[in-house]
Amino acid sequence: MWSMLGSAGTFGLAALELPQIDPKVLVITSDLRNFSGLDRFAATHPDRFINVGIAEQNMVSVAAGLVHEGFSVFATTYATFAAARSADQVRVNMGYMNLGVKLVGMAAGLSAGLLGATHMSLEDLAVMRAIPNMTVISPADCTETVKATLALASHDGPAYLRLGGGVPHKVVFDSDYEFEIGKGVHLRRGSDVTFVGSGSVVASCVEAASILEAEGWSAGVVDMHTVKPIDTHLLETVADESKMVVTVEEHNVIAGLGSAVTEQLAGVGNPPLIVRLGVADFFPHAASYDHLVRLTGLSADGIVNSVGPKLEALRLMS
Amino acid sequence: MTEYTGEFRRLADVAKSIRIDCLKMALAAGATGTHIGGGLSLVEIMAVLYAGVMRTDPSWVEWPERDRFILSKGHGAMAYYAALKQVGFVTDEDLLTFKSDETFLYGHPSKNLERGIEFSSGSLGMGLGLGVGVALGLTLGGNSTSRVFVVMGDGECNEGSVWESASSAAHFELSNLTAVIDRNGLQYDGPTESVLKMQDLPDMWTSFGWNTTVVDGHDVKQLYQALHNQSDGPTVIIAETAKGKGVSFMEGNPSWHHSRLNSQQFDAAMEDVTRSSD
Repeated sequence: MWSMLGSAGTFGLAALELPQIDPKVLVITSDLRNFSGLDRFAATHPDRFINVGIAEQNMVSVAAGLVHEGFSVFATTYATFAAARSADQVRVNMGYMNLGVKLVGMAAGLSAGLLGATHMSLEDLAVMRAIPNMTVISPADCTETVKATLALASHDGPAYLRLGGGVPHKVVFDSDYEFEIGKGVHLRRGSDVTFVGSGSVVASCVEAASILEAEGWSAGVVDMHTVKPIDTHLLETVADESKMVVTVEEHNVIAGLGSAVTEQLAGVGNPPLIVRLGVADFFPHAASYDHLVRLTGLSADGIVNSVGPKLEALRLMS
Repeated sequence: MTEYTGEFRRLADVAKSIRIDCLKMALAAGATGTHIGGGLSLVEIMAVLYAGVMRTDPSWVEWPERDRFILSKGHGAMAYYAALKQVGFVTDEDLLTFKSDETFLYGHPSKNLERGIEFSSGSLGMGLGLGVGVALGLTLGGNSTSRVFVVMGDGECNEGSVWESASSAAHFELSNLTAVIDRNGLQYDGPTESVLKMQDLPDMWTSFGWNTTVVDGHDVKQLYQALHNQSDGPTVIIAETAKGKGVSFMEGNPSWHHSRLNSQQFDAAMEDVTRSSD
């Protein structure tokens, strides 16, 4: 049911539960109440809802001030305005002062594709994970969006919640499971290749793994919902059991999940071959979400097309 | 020169003591140099805030009813630290560590609640938004006693984020929020009006919905009265000051925005400051 709402609508529904978890919760937005799925929250909890207008930098600072006074604050705007426009406010007023604002970036990745590159967010993971004290979470689907939102309500430090994907959102989790910040989910195991994905592309990773399995490869999938702090233990497990690790993200291939995984695996004794899939350092043309996912090679077929030949090459070498 | 009596005499003496501490810190910092000019313009503002207006308690740093202070112009740190000494958060020995390698008294304030530094700053244009959030939080939390003071620079008002925050403070009718602008007329690259004309600064604030008062920023009595006034919305006090105030060779000279003070200059500056009657 949640998947029909997309990640924003799902966040809005999850927000309705927040006052039960923390009576001091507030939600603040920069003129994106309905876009963030918060119309019902604002109507139900008018005393907990703050709109600062189209002023994202001020929103982050105001949110930090509210946290200083003991409130638990979720702040929403477009992902790219959270990460790029407000980067210095995030760095100083959230990171440096360690004030636990939960900054929620909507329409991350390619999901606002028809609006053009100004509204895509392909650099936000890079910015957020480079700031000390930040926790960075990118849920795989709507179920995980609910779990991440509720988990963040009882998490102390500053955090960035990256929400994207299409409407309806693809489903990864069709039953309940354990969600813990900083602990990736090993969805399936594979000895030839393991996909490490984050965000809405995880569903495509699962699909790609199924296609490869049908072709005779052993393919695993990790949902790395927490990009920072990254689950080093799980990455080491994957590096041990798979010949190839493929990172997949709806983000520039520079400095996002792929870089985070590579940084970790560069330190292990016998590193696997690492392939990084993402948006290849360009501003995509405006187009519908599904079209852009195919264009950037991040659909299941696109992933298989990138990885298949490399698996063949690896087999020939061994 | 204004002749003060009673409470105002005391505040003027505190200001003189802060000014002397700033010079000592500048000398101790040695070759690294300090933001001495903008520190000295702030002296009376900090003296009146900490010794005459604000509610603080170094023995109970998280006293809920304390007033909150944000030095948005973080480069005014010297006068801030010297004012913290006046109320007992830091010592004379601490002050002399300013800008040394292991100090907690950074070139720009870094959050340190035990020492009375509640907020980090340094990147201009962020303190007012933080102050809006704190003031809003106090109101939402039912604290109608504490006030929030944000000290900014006039050059800082170039930053667009200042005006986002100014709009929101008026929108939320934050009567517990007071901003003080150290209007010393100089920024890094020269006179504020030649670097970026700010039109009429008091009119700008008034048009953004703030109660605006212009005072002589070196007159402790005017500052005291303006800082005690509260109205039904946010208040801004534009404190007209002189960069390098109190030291003849620094006053109004932009090269003292950030500079090294040698021992001869220190002696001359101390003579200026100690000789003045207020």
